[in-house]
Parts: sequence; structure tokens; C-alpha cells
Amino acid sequence: MASVRERLAEGRGVRVSDTSRWREAALALLFLSPSIVVFGLFAYYPFEQVVVRGLYRNNIAGDNLRWVGWSQYSEVLGGEDFRAGLFNTLEYIMWTVPAGLLLGVLLAVAANRRLRGIKIFQTIFTSTVATSAAVAGFIFLVLLNPVIGVIRSPNLLQDPDTAMMGVSIAAIWQNLGLSFVIVLAGLQAIPKEVEEASLLDGHGPVRRFFTVTLPLISPVLLFLLVVLVINGFQAFALIDALTLPRGGPNGSTETVVFKIFENRTPDRLGVGSVMSVGLFVVTFVVTLLQFTILERRVHYGD
Amino acid sequence: METDSVAKKAGWYLLLTLLSLVVLLPVWFAFVRSLSPPITLKDGGLQLLPQQAEWDVFSRAWRNGNLGGALVRSFVVTIAITFFQVVTSVLAAYAFAYLWFPFKRLLFALFMATLLLPIEVTVLQNLATVSNLGWKNSYQGLIVPFLATALGTFLIRQAFLGVPRELLDAARLEGWSHWALMTRLVVPLSRPVIAAFTLISFLGAYNQYLWPRIVTTDPQNWGTAPIAVQSLVSNPESANVIVAGALVIAFPVLVLLVLFQRHIVRGLTAGAVKG
Repeated sequence: MASVRERLAEGRGVRVSDTSRWREAALALLFLSPSIVVFGLFAYYPFEQVVVRGLYRNNIAGDNLRWVGWSQYSEVLGGEDFRAGLFNTLEYIMWTVPAGLLLGVLLAVAANRRLRGIKIFQTIFTSTVATSAAVAGFIFLVLLNPVIGVIRSPNLLQDPDTAMMGVSIAAIWQNLGLSFVIVLAGLQAIPKEVEEASLLDGHGPVRRFFTVTLPLISPVLLFLLVVLVINGFQAFALIDALTLPRGGPNGSTETVVFKIFENRTPDRLGVGSVMSVGLFVVTFVVTLLQFTILERRVHYGD
Repeated sequence: METDSVAKKAGWYLLLTLLSLVVLLPVWFAFVRSLSPPITLKDGGLQLLPQQAEWDVFSRAWRNGNLGGALVRSFVVTIAITFFQVVTSVLAAYAFAYLWFPFKRLLFALFMATLLLPIEVTVLQNLATVSNLGWKNSYQGLIVPFLATALGTFLIRQAFLGVPRELLDAARLEGWSHWALMTRLVVPLSRPVIAAFTLISFLGAYNQYLWPRIVTTDPQNWGTAPIAVQSLVSNPESANVIVAGALVIAFPVLVLLVLFQRHIVRGLTAGAVKG
């Protein structure tokens, strides 16, 4: 048993006895092992496998049959199918992300004030965070229905040129809650003195918004931007719920994740794996950008 | 926060009301349209109220989508995932915050790096793994891949590190074991963050789509709530039955949001702003 003095030393991170030190490490391992097992089996192992499977051609049963090296990577990632998926995903992002940022700011600025009943409005604005992408898809399935819908443009979801825009309407609505809560948190973190100082300077509300508020919430907007972009790259549920034929028409709403889903059968595993790695690389680059930009601009607590 | 004159206040209320309509009307219209017999919607128009209400769309969605069973499955899966995510995250967070062990920084980085390996990237091999284990169409298959989370570990570790040093030292002086320190001191003091994480974990698990869609090849008997509604699409059911099903499965989480909005918002905005 360690003495009181040793315990005190431990508290300052100074180690005294080797046995108690290793006993602590064993306890740490015990505490970490559930997470290590799950991450190992369902994050790292599958990642290693999709990278490796991409190097092999499959037979029908999904066995890794023939080593083809990186050629399958260049074939698939440079191929029409993946490029179309990436293009569709980028179109989805182009529609949903700017709209998400703008509407998030609009909702948050409107709801960030002392008014009776403001909590009710805040709850309403937050509500879509409980609505899953799939539920949003089903809701707009009826709203955009050409026979019984509210918006009855017969072609919105049937024309390959506009289908992704139709899908994005549902996505923008579903993102409102998340955009709102994130921007509102940013606004509420602005120190009162800053706003008061600006009021004393006699700046009008518009000028105050652009010269004081917007710069101060820019790190939060950047955070929201990254969240929305990454969500965009992972888009699947809404499209699966809303489009008929799924991913259609003519594959115009097939995102990268949709393509991965379509290539889930054993005989397509090699191709699907390459696409998974492609998705990883894209997400990795976006996240890396987030860190390099965010680290420079945001001061996190220790 | 700002305080405004009466005229300005009226203006803000007007804007807030308009924005609320943007958020709420899609759900209301979908509800009205699900109740309305298609014939009454033929001539278009906005129709704020149904001309005739056919409430049996809900029972049809419930029956044909087997929504009762699907909701039970969803709750079992969601509660299990949430419970285990909290437990594994608390344990890992305690180790990272308060225990000495070699390669701590490396291991922490490896934990956080799993954020770059979302299910969308690993889904194909996880499907193969789960099939090999014979876990397709099973609770294990729906639950086990999600029993640990880097986000939970990160958030709860941050909270643990905020526990005042003096309290820890005092408890150590009294000879508390690590288990006692964790369960009787550190965890109770971190309750707000753990509550916030619990709620976003619940929301995330309940709303999961890609994985149950891919691992449930028998949606009639094994579909979670969203997959059961999806199976109505391929049945094929008419749009008003599908949307009725969607509204039913959205209801439980909406109730949760109203009850625990504060915690959910704190969980969602963790990382967005300091503190």
C-alpha cells in the first residue's frame, strides 16, 4: 500500500514506486480495452481491409482473386462512375452548404434577443435536429409529389438536371436546426462588453453586425461550414428515402456513399472498397483543412 | 442579447413567426396531406386543413410497415448503443485523464483518428465481418460496431480534466481507490457533459440509417424504425402512407428534444465554441 506521501506525489504526477505505477497502467488498459477492441474490429481492421481489397479483383463470391495492384484504384477513382458520384456530391454540397450557413445566421440572429416567448421560437428552430435525414426525405416525398404535393413541378425530381436541387430542398430544411444551434452558441459566446462598446460608438445594427458580430462568430461559421461539408460527403439516407428510382433519375442523385452502397455485393467489393478509400481521402483532406484553419483562428480551452 | 423598442419588437416577432412557419409548415403540410384522400388534393392549392381526414393511413402504415416491432427494435438498439457508448467513453476518458500508462499520447491520437473512419468508409468490410459472424439481421449486428466512440471519449475526458485538483487530492489523501474516485467524484461532477453526450448519442443511434439499411436484409423482421418506413417505399405504398409512417417514427425523438433541449444543444455545440 502506498503511503500518504506517495499518494500526494502521485497527485503531482511524480512517480514513486514502480509496482504501483504498473498497476496503474494495467488498470488503464482494462479501462481502455472495450474501446480498443471495438475500434480495432470495426474501424481500423475494416479500413485496412478496404485498402487491401482495392488491390485485388474479385470473383463472384467476393474472394480476393487476383492482385492487380494500384491499377484498380486509378481505374475506379478516375472512372466515370466515381467521378459522377463525386460530381453529384459536390452539387449537393453547393446547394446545401451556403444555404445552411445563411439560414443558420438568419435564424440565430433573429432568435438571439430578449423577448417574451423567445424560448418557444428557439425550440421551433432547433426542432429539425431531431428529424433524421430519412424522415426529412419521406416528408418531402409527399411535399414534392407531382400528384398530391405542395410543390407540384412535375419535373423537379424527375429531371436529371433539377433532381439534386429537389433533394437539396429537403436537406436544407433538415439542416436548419443544426445550423441554428451552432450559430446561436457562437452569438451567445460574444462578450456583452464588446456589443456594448459598439453600441456606445453609435454604430447602427447593420454596421454592427458586419463589423463586430460577423468577425467574432467567424470561427463558429467555419466550424459549421466543415460540419455541413462533411455531412454533405456522407449524404445517403435522404436520397435513399426521397428519390424514385433510388439515386435517379439516370443516377443524377447518386452520391459517393450511394455508389458505395450499390457496390456492396460480394462481386463488386473491390470496386466498392476503392470508392470507400476515395471517400476517406476526400473527408481526410477536408478535416485536415479544418484543423489547419481552425487552429489558427480559434482558441480552444486546454 | 438586445433590448428593443415596441415597434422593433413587433418587427422581430413578425420575422420570428415567418421563420417558424418555414420550419414547421413542411411537417404540417405533410401531416395534412397524409390524412387527405388523394382525390381531395387533385386541384392543388395549399390546403392548411384536410377537407376529409382518413386517419386509417396511420394504422395502415403501422400495420404494413410493422412499425410496432420496428420501434421496439429501434429502442432496444438505441438504448443499448447509448448505454455502452457512455460506459466505454467514461472508462476510456478516465484512463486518459487520470491514469499513467505508456504511449498515452499515441493511443489518444489513435482514438481520435477513428473520427476519420466513419461508418460510410468502413461499411463494406463491416458488412463482411458481421456476415461472417452470422450477425446479419440480429441485435448484435446492429449494436456491436457502435459500442465505442471517440467523440464521447473526447468530450467526457475534457469534463474530467475540469474537476478541481483540490477535490481529487483530498479524496486521494483519504485513500480512495481509482474506482471510487471515478464513480463517486469525477463522474458526478461531470454530469452535465455526460448528460449532453448521452442525449446526442441516443439521437444519433435512433436516427442511424446506412448501417441498418445495409445489414438488415430482412426488414420485415429486423428493420429498425427508419428501415421499416423505407420498406413501405418498396412495397410499394402510396406517398401518404409512407409519410404517415415517417411522422410516427419521428415523434419519440421530438418529445425527447422538447424535454431535454438544453442538453441536446450543449452536446451538438460542443467543440463549436470554447467552454
